[in-house]
Formats: sequence, C-alpha cells, structure tokens
Amino acid sequence: MPENDNAFQAALSLILSLDPVLLGIVTLSLQVSLSAVLVGALIGLPLGAALALWHFPGRGLAVTLLNAFMGLPPVVAGLMIYLLLSRAGPLGSLGLLFTPTAMIIAQTLLVLPIIAALTRDHIGALWEEYREQLHSLRIGRVRAMPGLLWDARFALMTVILAGFGRASAEVGAVLIVGGNIDGVTRVMTTAIALETSKGNLALALGLGLVLLGLVALVNGTAYVIGERARRRLG
Amino acid sequence: MTDLYHPGVPSGQPIWSPSAPLLKLKGLTYVHQDTVLLHEIDLQLARHGITLLLGPNGAGKSLLMRLAHGLIAPTSGDVIWHTQPDMPPLLQAMVFQHPVMLRRTALANLTYALAARRVPWRRRRALAMETLERFGLISLAQRQARVLSGGEQQRLALARAWVLKPEVLFLDEPTSALDPASMRAVEEAVHAFHAEGTRIVMSSHDLNQARRLADDVVLLCGGRLVEHTPAERFFQGPRTPEARAFIRGELIW
Ligand SMILES: Nc1ncnc2c1ncn2[C@@H]1O[C@H](COP(=O)(O)OP(=O)(O)O)[C@@H](O)[C@H]1O
Ligand SMILES: [Mg+2]
Repeated sequence: MPENDNAFQAALSLILSLDPVLLGIVTLSLQVSLSAVLVGALIGLPLGAALALWHFPGRGLAVTLLNAFMGLPPVVAGLMIYLLLSRAGPLGSLGLLFTPTAMIIAQTLLVLPIIAALTRDHIGALWEEYREQLHSLRIGRVRAMPGLLWDARFALMTVILAGFGRASAEVGAVLIVGGNIDGVTRVMTTAIALETSKGNLALALGLGLVLLGLVALVNGTAYVIGERARRRLG
Repeated sequence: MTDLYHPGVPSGQPIWSPSAPLLKLKGLTYVHQDTVLLHEIDLQLARHGITLLLGPNGAGKSLLMRLAHGLIAPTSGDVIWHTQPDMPPLLQAMVFQHPVMLRRTALANLTYALAARRVPWRRRRALAMETLERFGLISLAQRQARVLSGGEQQRLALARAWVLKPEVLFLDEPTSALDPASMRAVEEAVHAFHAEGTRIVMSSHDLNQARRLADDVVLLCGGRLVEHTPAERFFQGPRTPEARAFIRGELIW
C-alpha cells in the first residue's frame, strides 16, 4: 500500500499547507450548507412550532408529508429542484441552475423537513406540559410561541445540527443541481467523488478528512449540548 | 313599573353591588365520554374570603376549579363572574397540584409571568426579585426551576401567582405532597394573599387545614355538590350525612 501511504501524507500536507484549491472547496461547502440550514431553520422552526400548536384541517396530512420528506433521497431532491430550475422548468428564467444558489435551494429542501418535523415533536411535548399554565396566564398560542422555542432551545440546537450534518454530507442533490463545476459549484462531497474516480487520491482523501472532522465536530457539539441541557434543566 | 327601572343599567344586565356574589356557577355540568364528572353544580361565592373545596379523591375538585378558572369549557351551565360594569375581567391566577415549572431559572419564571401581564420589562426584574425575597427563594433565583425540590417548586408557583397580583386565586391541593415546614409556608402564603384582598378558592382533602384556613366549605362527592356552609357551622354540625361521614374520616365515594 505504498501509494495509499503517499496519498495520506499528501492529503495531510494539503490540509496543513492550507492548499488554496482544497480551501476553496471547503469554504464553498460550508457556505452552501450553512445557508441551507439557516433558511431551513428560519422556515422550519416556526413551521414546526405552528404544526405543534394549531389544529387545522389537513394538519395530519402535512405532518405525514413532512415525516416522509425527512427520508427524501438527496438525488430525488436534486432532481425535483433540477426540474424546477431547468431552462424549460417553471423557474427556468431565473437562470439559477448550476449555481451555488441552486445548491442551497436543493439542500434546504433536504434540511427543512428534518428541522420542521423534529421541532414539531419538541414543541408539541413542551406545549403539552405548559398548556394549562400558559392558559392560566392568559397567554394564547401566538404569544406562547417565542417562549416555547426559547425553552426548547437546547433540543432545537441539536435539531439544527442534525440538519447541518445531513446537508454537508449529501452528494446527490448538489451534484445534480450544481453540476460539480470546478471553482464554481464544486463542494467537498462532489469533489471527493470526482477526484477519486480520476485517481487523485490525495485531494479526495484530504477533503474526506476535513469532512470527517466536520461531521465529528457537529456530532460532538450536539452531544455536549444535550448533556449540558440534561444536567442544567433536569 | 317605575320601581323596576334602574337608571344607567342596560336592561338584561345584572346590577352590580358590592354585596352581590363574586362568582356564580349555574347548573355547571361536565361530561367526558358519556361519564358525568360534574353534575349540575350550583354555587355562589361571596366577594371576600377563603373557600375550601373538600371531597375525596376523584370528587371533581380540580375539574370544578379548572372550569371556574376558564381552562376548560363546561358541557352545560354557566360560570358567571360578577364584576363592576365597564371593568376589565378579574385578574385570576391558579397554582396547580403539580406546578408547571418553565424550563428557565426561578427568576425567569417570575419575569415571564410579569411579561404575560404586560408589566414593562424595566420593572420586571426588581418586582421578581422582591417577590423571591418575600417567599424565601432569593438564594435560588438563578437556579433552574425544574431542579428545585417539591416544596421549593410549590413556593415558586405561589410566588409566580403573587407577582400577578390576582383578584382571585385558585389553589389545587397546594400542600398534598409537602413536608410540614413547606406546608406551613404555603398556608402563610395563603394568609398573605388573603390579607392583600385576594379571593381564594382552594381544594384540599386535609380537614385540619380546612379548619385553619376556611371561611366557608364546599363539599363535593362523586361530582355532586353536597354542601356549601360557613366553616364554623360545617365543623360543628354538618347538615348532610355525607359531610358527617367525611368529617369522621370515612371515605365516601
Ligand atoms: N380531562 C379528563 N378526562 C377524563 N376524565 C377526567 C379528566 N379530568 C378529570 N377526570 C375525572 O374526573 C373525576 C374528577 O377528577 P378531579 O377533578 O381531578 O378530582 P379531584 O381533584 O377531586 O381529586 C375523576 O374521576 C377523574 O378521573
Ligand atoms: Mg385534584
């Protein structure tokens, strides 16, 4: 395995020397996934809370759909956004296909159901607990919402991290709508796939290590938040 | 006909007077899945005092208070609060048997209640701290409310009701799971609320507690109102056999 040993050393030196190509790919990945998670949280948190608090016709269907979309295969999400943004599609005139914006949209589609569905679970449980007390304080559902989101903040942070984990690790969606264009839409996962097939193991492995570190960091953070919340809030 | 005319009172509206009852329950009935849990309760509570709601477990004490407080709607019957015309609804508060602690610090539990009553945020902290001090909780101000002991949580729930300055306070078995010291603290708080002019409706199955606190006693049994009497009369010689059995400590269902 001398060749792989060399690849590993080369990968480490790429990382340690802050290789501009590697750095560019990592930066774009973070920009895309963080943006998707931001948009997903801005929509998903209030959406999930609303689904927990209000009963309206079609609510059951909405919740079922949301849960089903939690398992949406990334390639299918990519395909849906591709059809939407392709030149012949309904939003084709925007010219967004094969841009980072398209990738953000596709990853938002992946992340939003996770954030909304898990938020609904957490806020629903909290509302069940608080309901009579808040009613006694004459606080309606609308006024209750910010407080509920705040009191569930630790759980919701791990929800958001779960969303970020899903976004940063997926290949299919960004590959289809981004096109893996060098220097424009190439992110860690798509670059790893391409460089491996080209035999450029050093860059692939270097990106793989960064991705691995990122995923470990996200999961570690989620664990620490969960433990802290358990200790502090009982 | 002239003697029936009351100037300034729209026809059909009850006439407010300071001696009129504060709360009237009229034929209050609550049915859950074909089971009648409360059976045509008729009850009038005077404007001032401490009413003790007595009765065995499952009699419907909690249910009656939740209906009166407006947390649930009756199947039939009315809850009528007699307030002065053109006045906002009475400020009410309730302390639950198992107090609901928000996942915040003890202090933040109080400031949240103050925010609910739209007290300007500048004044919330000082008011909350003052109240924590009064209830002997100042050293726990920054502690998470949910990790406090049962007695501390009950005192915090009372403090949270206190900052609301309620005109009516419902207390649902506030001492049922407490040690004697905590129980004494709760009863002192009840007296303090009473001294501030708060109308108190409190459930209990502790007769001694009722003797110490009650101005009048309402006895519920199996979802029916058995007796509503001034406390003194109730403990000297209750009118109904159920009440006599209850005082003797025989369980009635
Ligand atoms: N939300 C509810 N749904 C169904 N049954 C209830 C509900 N709340 C109370 N009950 C029933 O109503 C009866 C009276 O309950 P409760 O008012 O809690 O009694 P108490 O407070 O006097 O012990 C009990 O038999 C209880 O099981
Ligand atoms: Mg009860």
